[in-house]
Amino acid sequence: MEHPPLLDVAELCKRFPIGRRSWRKGTPAPMVHAVDDVSLVVQRGETLGLVGESGCGKSTLARLLARLSDATEGSIRFAGRELTELPASKFARDPDRARIQIVFQDAGESINPRFTAYDAIADALHHLKGFSGSALRAQVDEAAELCGLPLALWERFPHQLSGGQRARVGIARAIALRPELLILDEPTAALDVSVQVTILKLLERLKTQLGISYIFVSHDLNVVRLLCDRVVVMYLGRIVEVGPAQAVFDAPLHPYTRGLVAAVPRLDGVRSATPRLSGDPRSPIDPDPNACRFHGRCPIGTDRCTAAMPALRSFPDRREVACHFAVEG
Amino acid sequence: MMAAGANVLAVDGLSVAFRTRAGTVAALDRVSFTVGKGETLALVGESGSGKSVTAYALLGLLDAAGRVTGGSASFEGDDLLRASPRELASIRGRRVGMIFQNPRAALNPIRPIGRQIADVLRRHAGLGPRAAKAAAVEKLREVGIPDPARRAAAYPFELSGGMCQRVMIAIAVAASPALLIADEPTTGLDVTTQAVAMDIMARLAAENGMGTILITHDLALAAERSQRIAVMHAGHIVEDAPTAELLAHPRHPYTRGLLAATPTAAGTLDDLHSVPGGLPDLRRADLPPCRYAERCERRVPGCDDPLAWRELTPGHLVACWNPA
Repeated sequence: MEHPPLLDVAELCKRFPIGRRSWRKGTPAPMVHAVDDVSLVVQRGETLGLVGESGCGKSTLARLLARLSDATEGSIRFAGRELTELPASKFARDPDRARIQIVFQDAGESINPRFTAYDAIADALHHLKGFSGSALRAQVDEAAELCGLPLALWERFPHQLSGGQRARVGIARAIALRPELLILDEPTAALDVSVQVTILKLLERLKTQLGISYIFVSHDLNVVRLLCDRVVVMYLGRIVEVGPAQAVFDAPLHPYTRGLVAAVPRLDGVRSATPRLSGDPRSPIDPDPNACRFHGRCPIGTDRCTAAMPALRSFPDRREVACHFAVEG
Repeated sequence: MMAAGANVLAVDGLSVAFRTRAGTVAALDRVSFTVGKGETLALVGESGSGKSVTAYALLGLLDAAGRVTGGSASFEGDDLLRASPRELASIRGRRVGMIFQNPRAALNPIRPIGRQIADVLRRHAGLGPRAAKAAAVEKLREVGIPDPARRAAAYPFELSGGMCQRVMIAIAVAASPALLIADEPTTGLDVTTQAVAMDIMARLAAENGMGTILITHDLALAAERSQRIAVMHAGHIVEDAPTAELLAHPRHPYTRGLLAATPTAAGTLDDLHSVPGGLPDLRRADLPPCRYAERCERRVPGCDDPLAWRELTPGHLVACWNPA
C-alpha cells in the first residue's frame, strides 16, 4: 500500500446556472456542467498534469482544487482533511490556506498593479503567516532568492518587469508560504520559448528543493510531458484518460487523446497520419447524462456511446481510460 | 529555389523606425525576403523581434510614430512602400489579405459575421448586395463553419475562438488575394482547432496559388506548415533558408538557440537550453552591427564589421561572420 495521498478528490462536480429559473413553468435553470464527476489523487512529491482544450474545465478544476471556488458536489481531501465542508470564503483565513497555493496564468494580470514585487511576495506572508518587520523581510528575501529575483527588481511594479520576471514574482509569492501543493495554471503560456525554459527549470528545481507537489495545468502537451509524472486528460468537464505522462503521449488509448497528440505540430515537420479532430465540442449546457461527451466528434463512436456514458476503466501500467472501445495498445 | 518572376512579393532592405519620447527605435533594419507563388514563408522569432512590424509596414498600417525609412516591397508590379494611401486601400483586402492576431478583437463586434464577409465581397469583388450575401454564406461553408446560413447572422461574441478565427480567414481570403499575411493566426487556439485552421489556409494557398507569410513564434508550427523559414532577431533577419534545410542545418547561433529552447515530443528538460540574455535596447545609438553579438557565444572580432547577409549554400542566407 502506498502512502496516503496528499490530495484525494472524489466525484467532484461544478455546475454553473445560466439564465434564471422560469418562475411560471418552475423548470430549473439550465446548468453548465464545467466539472463533472472528477476523481483523482496527487501523491506527495508528484507532478500531475491537467490537459485538454479550452472550455474542458481544467481551469475550473484548478480553482476548485485551490479552494478559490466551491464545488457543487464531491469531496476534496487534503492531507486527510475534508476541505469541501469549509466554504471558500472561510478557507481564505484558514491555516491550511498557506498549504495550497496557486500560480495564475498571467502574472501581469494577477499581481496587484499597485504592488511592487516586494509587496506582492510579502502580502500573503504577512496575512497568512503573520510575519512582519525584519522577519518578513528575511522571508521575502529567501523566496526571491529561490526564484532568482535579484534585489534590484524588488521595488518595481508589475508593468516595469519583463514577462519572465513577472512569472518569477508569481511563483515567489506562492512558494514563500512553503505550500505542500502548488497549482500552476498555464504558468508559461505567455512566455517566449527561451524564457519558458528558464521558468520550467526553476519549477523543476523548486520541486525537489522544497518537496512540493504540483498540479500543472497546460494546453501545451510538450511542456506537460517534460514536467509531469502523470497526466489527466479532460474533455468537456470529464476525465477521459489518466496515466503516466510518457505512456499516455506515446501510446494514447482514448480516441480524443489520440487526436490531441496528433494535432501538436512537430519540429521534424512530420505530420501524424491520425485524422484530424474536426468540429467543435458539443455544448456543456445540460449534456445528456447517458451519452459519451465525445460522441459526435469521435472517429470510432457507435450507437452504444449515445446509450451509455463510458466509465473510467483500468489498464495496465496504472492507466485509466473512459472509452467503451479502448483496448490495450 | 523559386524561379525569378515567380515571386508574389519581394521585400528588399525594409527599414522601419519609431519615434518615441525616449528616442528613436530602429525596429527593422534592412529586412529582405521573397514569397513565391503558392509558397508559405514563416517569419519566426521572439516577441519584439519585428515580425508584426514587418507585416504592418508592408500594408501601410504602422501607427503614427512609425516610419518606413528605406527599402522597397515589390508586389505584382507595385511597390507597397511607395503606394499612396488610396492605392493601398484598394490593395488591402483585394490583393493582400491579412489575418490579425486575436480574431475576436479584430472582428467588428456589432456586425453579424456574414455581413462582415459580404462587405469585403462588395467592396473588392464588386458583387451586389444579394450576391454578396449568398457568397458570404458560401465562404463560411468553405472554412468549415457548420450550418453557415444560420451562423452568418451571428455576432462574433456568439462564436468560439476557433470559429472567429475561421471567419477571419474567410474575410482575409474572400477576394482571392495573391498574398496572405497571417500574423500569429493560431495563438490562443487549441492545437486541434489550430490544425484545422492551418489546413484551410494550406488548401486555399494550393488552390489559388496564394503566397503566404506566416508570422509565428512557434518553430514547430513553422516546421510543419512552411516551405521557407526566415528567423528574425531584434529587427534583423538573421537566417533565411528552406524549412527542412534550416531545421537540419541551422547556421546562425540564434536559430540554434531557439531550436535548443523548443520543447519536442522527445527529450528531457535537461536537453533544453535558454538563449542567454535578452533583446538589445533598439533605442541605443551604439547598437552593434550584429544585434545578436552581445548574446552570442560564437562571437569573434570580425563581428564588429558591418553586418552582411551571405549565401552559405544555395538558398541559405545567414547574417553571421562565424556561422556554425
